[in-house]
Amino acid sequence: MKPTRVTNRIRALRDAHEGMTQGQLADALGVTRQTINAIEQGKYSPSLEMAFQIARVFGVALDEVFQYPEGGA
Amino acid sequence: MSFEHRGAWIQLAVTVGAYAAYLTLLFGRADGGPLEQTPYGDLIAWMIGGSIVVGILLTIVTGIFAGERGRRTDVRDRAINRLSDQVGASFVIIGAVGAMILAILEVEHFWIANAILLGFVASGILSSIARIVMQRTGVPSW
Repeated sequence: MKPTRVTNRIRALRDAHEGMTQGQLADALGVTRQTINAIEQGKYSPSLEMAFQIARVFGVALDEVFQYPEGGA
Repeated sequence: MSFEHRGAWIQLAVTVGAYAAYLTLLFGRADGGPLEQTPYGDLIAWMIGGSIVVGILLTIVTGIFAGERGRRTDVRDRAINRLSDQVGASFVIIGAVGAMILAILEVEHFWIANAILLGFVASGILSSIARIVMQRTGVPSW
């Protein structure tokens, strides 16, 4: 399966938030832990709405969570 | 393993098990004779009905033991289910086209019914495999 070019810092942000687990983040978003794991590993691109929800959980801007490589358009 | 991932394994096991049971009973009835002269209607009805009931019961039982968090499904599961249903639907169409060709050729009803049934079985098996693969390796990116 071709991985998405979107990268993310969810793992680092979880660690920075008192070692938040994937399950705790999943509970906050109302999704499965497997979905959080898939997003972290680049196996699933979340919807724009879920991306904003993830950023809101960590209290940061969207581009502090998700990045897209230069010249990737 | 998520609820939907487990559900895909249940669908695969039930589909394979039900079709294997059908073939075993059918060949047992035929007892070496011609298959097209073997009564098959009740076997197909029991196979389809039984697999639906067993699938529902297994899903309920695994859901009870999974707990609230374990029963959760989300937008990723729905995306996977939609894509895997598309994979399965193509085999229903193939089975229907095969049955139509057999009808045009005026072959025995037995073969027409079994072509349709094989389409259902292939659809069930391949859609559940597609679900399992996407649950494990990821959803194709848009």
